[in-house]
Amino acid sequence: MDLILVNLIDGLVTGLLLFMLSAGLTLIFSMMGVLNFAHASFYMLGAYFAYQISMFLGFWMGLLIAPIVVGVLGALVERYGLRRVHQYGHVPELIFTFGLALLIEEIVQFIWGKDQMPYSIPEVLNFTALSIAGNAIPAYKVFMIFTSVAIFIALLYVLTRTRVGMIIQAALSYPRTVEALGHNVPLVFMGVFGVGTALAGVAGVIAGPVLSTFPGMALVLGSIVFVTIVIGGLGSLWGALVASLLIGWITTFAKAYNIRMEDILTGIGFEKPVDLSEHMLRDLWTITSPQIADILPYLLMVLILVFRPYGLFGKRDA
Amino acid sequence: MTSQTQNLSRSRGRAPLVTLSGALPWLICTLFLLLMPLIFTSNSALTIMNQMAITIVFALAYNMLLGQGGMLSFGHAVYMGMGGFMCVHLMNYVEDMSLPIPLPVLPIFGGLFGMGVALIVGSFSTRKAGTVFAMISLGVGELIAACSVIVVAFFGGEEGVSGDRTYGLPVFGIEFLHQIEVYYLTAFWLVLSALLMFLFSRTPIGRMANAVRDNPERAEFLGYSARWVRFYSFVASGFFAGIAGGLFAVNYEILTEENLNLATSGSILLVTFLGGVGFFFGPIIGAILFTLLQTVLSLQTEIWQLYLGVLFVATVMFFPGGLAGVIMMHALPMRLGKAGLLIKPYFKTLVPAVISMAGVAAVLEILYHIRHAALGENEMTLFWVSFDSHSPLPLILAVVAMVAGFWLARRGAPEMAEAWHKANTPDGGAV
Amino acid sequence: MRKPIKLGLGAVLALTIGAGSAMAENIKIAFIDPLSGPFASTGSNGLKQYQFAADELVNKKGGVLDGQMFEIVPFDNKVSPKESLIQLQVAIDQGIRYVVQGNSSGVAHALTEAIEKHNKRNPDDRVLYLNYAAVDPALTNDDCTFWHFRFDANADIKMDALTDVIKETPEIKKVYIIGQDYSFGKAVAAAAVRMLAEKRPDIEIVGNELHPIGKVKDFTPYARKIVSSGADAVITGNWGSDMLNLGKSVVENGFTGPIYTYYAAGSGITAAFGESGKGVIRLISQGQINPPESDAAAAYIEAFEAKYPDGNIDQPRITNAIGMLAEAIKEAGSATDVVSVAKALEGMEYDDLFSGKVYMRPQDHQLIQDMFIGAHTDEGVTFDYDNSGYGIVVEHKVEMAGMDSPTTCKMKRP
Repeated sequence: MDLILVNLIDGLVTGLLLFMLSAGLTLIFSMMGVLNFAHASFYMLGAYFAYQISMFLGFWMGLLIAPIVVGVLGALVERYGLRRVHQYGHVPELIFTFGLALLIEEIVQFIWGKDQMPYSIPEVLNFTALSIAGNAIPAYKVFMIFTSVAIFIALLYVLTRTRVGMIIQAALSYPRTVEALGHNVPLVFMGVFGVGTALAGVAGVIAGPVLSTFPGMALVLGSIVFVTIVIGGLGSLWGALVASLLIGWITTFAKAYNIRMEDILTGIGFEKPVDLSEHMLRDLWTITSPQIADILPYLLMVLILVFRPYGLFGKRDA
Repeated sequence: MTSQTQNLSRSRGRAPLVTLSGALPWLICTLFLLLMPLIFTSNSALTIMNQMAITIVFALAYNMLLGQGGMLSFGHAVYMGMGGFMCVHLMNYVEDMSLPIPLPVLPIFGGLFGMGVALIVGSFSTRKAGTVFAMISLGVGELIAACSVIVVAFFGGEEGVSGDRTYGLPVFGIEFLHQIEVYYLTAFWLVLSALLMFLFSRTPIGRMANAVRDNPERAEFLGYSARWVRFYSFVASGFFAGIAGGLFAVNYEILTEENLNLATSGSILLVTFLGGVGFFFGPIIGAILFTLLQTVLSLQTEIWQLYLGVLFVATVMFFPGGLAGVIMMHALPMRLGKAGLLIKPYFKTLVPAVISMAGVAAVLEILYHIRHAALGENEMTLFWVSFDSHSPLPLILAVVAMVAGFWLARRGAPEMAEAWHKANTPDGGAV
Repeated sequence: MRKPIKLGLGAVLALTIGAGSAMAENIKIAFIDPLSGPFASTGSNGLKQYQFAADELVNKKGGVLDGQMFEIVPFDNKVSPKESLIQLQVAIDQGIRYVVQGNSSGVAHALTEAIEKHNKRNPDDRVLYLNYAAVDPALTNDDCTFWHFRFDANADIKMDALTDVIKETPEIKKVYIIGQDYSFGKAVAAAAVRMLAEKRPDIEIVGNELHPIGKVKDFTPYARKIVSSGADAVITGNWGSDMLNLGKSVVENGFTGPIYTYYAAGSGITAAFGESGKGVIRLISQGQINPPESDAAAAYIEAFEAKYPDGNIDQPRITNAIGMLAEAIKEAGSATDVVSVAKALEGMEYDDLFSGKVYMRPQDHQLIQDMFIGAHTDEGVTFDYDNSGYGIVVEHKVEMAGMDSPTTCKMKRP
């Protein structure tokens, strides 16, 4: 039973990390109506910048500066790239972000090379915070949980309780009207894009040391972030939160427990073939849950899209 | 993308099905394909041309979705891959049980299998267009690619499934031992499938795909179900992707996970968009260019993918019609007989622009060499000139070329714009 | 690495013309491995080692035959079987008769089959394939061919040596096996289960599982299972970021026993493990780096590191591949008659720079050599990896590992 608690905490860490990425992405989507394929690339940039800064100024300055740099870069991409492509329609926009993702990966490799970066946890947080039945919970994970929860609360507060947040929300739904009221809507869009990518940057800074910093890190996390916001419902912040946690827990538990297909199939009433070696479905019989844990979110997404195309919390028909 | 309609309008009305002007490009292309092996005789050139042909068929099939149907797929490699896997299995059956299937008809089975898979996936994925379709295609693509390493029985795991094409029935005494025989087989299928895809775009269902792409609501009001139109295009596209897979199987005699994964799906999007989605021949140009970049440029420089990325992003930003779009922009000046007006300003702007780009490439190469080459190995060769990469002079020269080229191109730009405007205006006033 | 930029058609033409002027002076060796993409660091490091080995072992000694030099021609296959086959064709057209490749057994399978077919269909320009790192046992068993020679020990031989060491370590009572879900990961797991049952029937295998290759973002749940299973040792065949992340995660969550690995060194992995891997990570490999086998070996490594400060000698077998090829060409008296060269390679004995004698077993073309089990540490390291201060120091040596290991290879000789 203790293990369940440990797994719940691990799943929470994964989920919250995913949420930091998907929150920015879903905000950007509700603003521009376009999925930003390069979102995970900004996450990667966050990790690399933070690594570079931490070499000179230490981890904490990295945490402070790197997201700002990433956010500014994101805003520039919106101003000089996306806004230009916007006139051609949605599909070219999507393709633009796709190309941008490729380009950022190449640029990162050009500058930092192709090896793993020795970006590591700061000494202050390199201890075991608590131990549950012999399973250590590193202090860094606790730090990750608190950081992401703090960011979520701050985001929610800004969006729902401040004047700026009101303008943003209004600009998302009725850009023309808001513009007529004298607000600079393109500036708002640029700001939201910048903040969204900065959030991805923060995720990169704190995930870099644990999930390792290498040129493939964007690709590994890239598509799963889309899956998250599609499952949660495009444009819904709460949906992104729920879907992130759901994916975090599903994958963690699927890996932590060896659920075998064999048991499920015999449980339903199928009979196991005596000789598996030449059987057509031999691979189906031998599947275990850890083997497919990281594919489950895709399965979930396809099922949700088939039966509920607007996702769990999505309001508008995407 | 509107230029598509322009292209179509030429054959509007009750024109005869086959006209000389319509058939001429096809005849020229076929003749060209027949003569190519006489110019490029080496096996590697044939291999590269085969690779081009396969990419062309695949890109054309992909453009049936993207260009003609407005559906963005992130998992189209699945249909090509599945068709290919089926063909390799068939090849092995032919070998093991001596089935009387001659090799040249093998791709059709790949096509049918690709179509079958598209039928199943399309039944739920084409209900919606836009983001939902794109995301389902991504999900299905990831699922099947991931399954390919788990389901060893069909996909052969990481090492894939391989066969031998020479065990089939000899056709007219040809056993397909040599690359040249395979080339002609591939070329035959290329022309056939390209022609069929072209004709498909002329059928009512092909035209409706355009209508659904541009305005699904209006199409629905006309009494067409947008969903079924999308479904038919999707299935047809799956068929031709499967043929491309079959050709791949015949050429390489091996299919692996790589044929199904996201990277392959992504690169075909790149190919198609680079070439231009608005025209039938766009993907063909894209496929030729991409294959050249991939096989030839990658031998010359290690950072070719960086160039490719820049090229792609620049294309999306500045020429959303792709290369075909750029070429077709000149159709009007040509018709007006004013293309000559453009030559001089083009020369004045584009030559400095090319110099500037060469300068950028030189700067990148030098920086890359300084960072990654062995210590003491300072000598590098660039543009047929060998020099010391660590001395400042080459870098300064490259920067100067970059800046000066850019400045000259900038200066020539207004003149070019003016000439462009003039060339596109018929004599005697505005259009 | 001189890389001129020549665009487009010119280069295609060069390719076609290249076929004619190929067999001039140098003996060209095609290096077909990833030089771009996610595995590029491994590939480009291997290329450096090849170029250095060719220069040091052959060219500086005056070449082979009547002064013919070795030239390594790099081809980027992007770890894709399809690209590898295209590049193989390009290489063959340039008149190249020797191909070296190592990264990914999938590519190795594609290449062996393609070369087998090519040699059958074109008896005039046959090609030899020197595999220096793809260790799927099938390549020297059921799928062996006359044209394929493997210079690394295969997964079974490595496991044999590894279990010999475990046999001598009575503290290990429970073992956890984890690997990537594909042919190689499965081969490692199967060999571990089989050999542990033979050599130490008292050992309990508390876990044996596969995870998707290159897809796992967070290994924490796996690490939890390993820790809570009470395992004393972990065996894994993981490589690349899967290796690093698994190892880090396992250590982070409180595991202190040894993790026996195949590929936990070099390419930034040693640097990234740093202090956390000390006393935990063990590596099974051939070639002894620390302490250096001999003065000659030390001088070789020093010269390499002086030339390539970012490079690592993490694949010492490359010296064997180059050295033995040179010997075989001398013995055959011809570089173009690859059948004679292959026959000279069969059964050849050679003095490894980094260990004792090595022997190319003629039955299956598997090089039999000493295996070393080393530990990741910063103490007693003469030559570190990744300039990190950490390196692999040898703890155990298994002489001529797998000398009498069985093979199912039925070689068809021309």
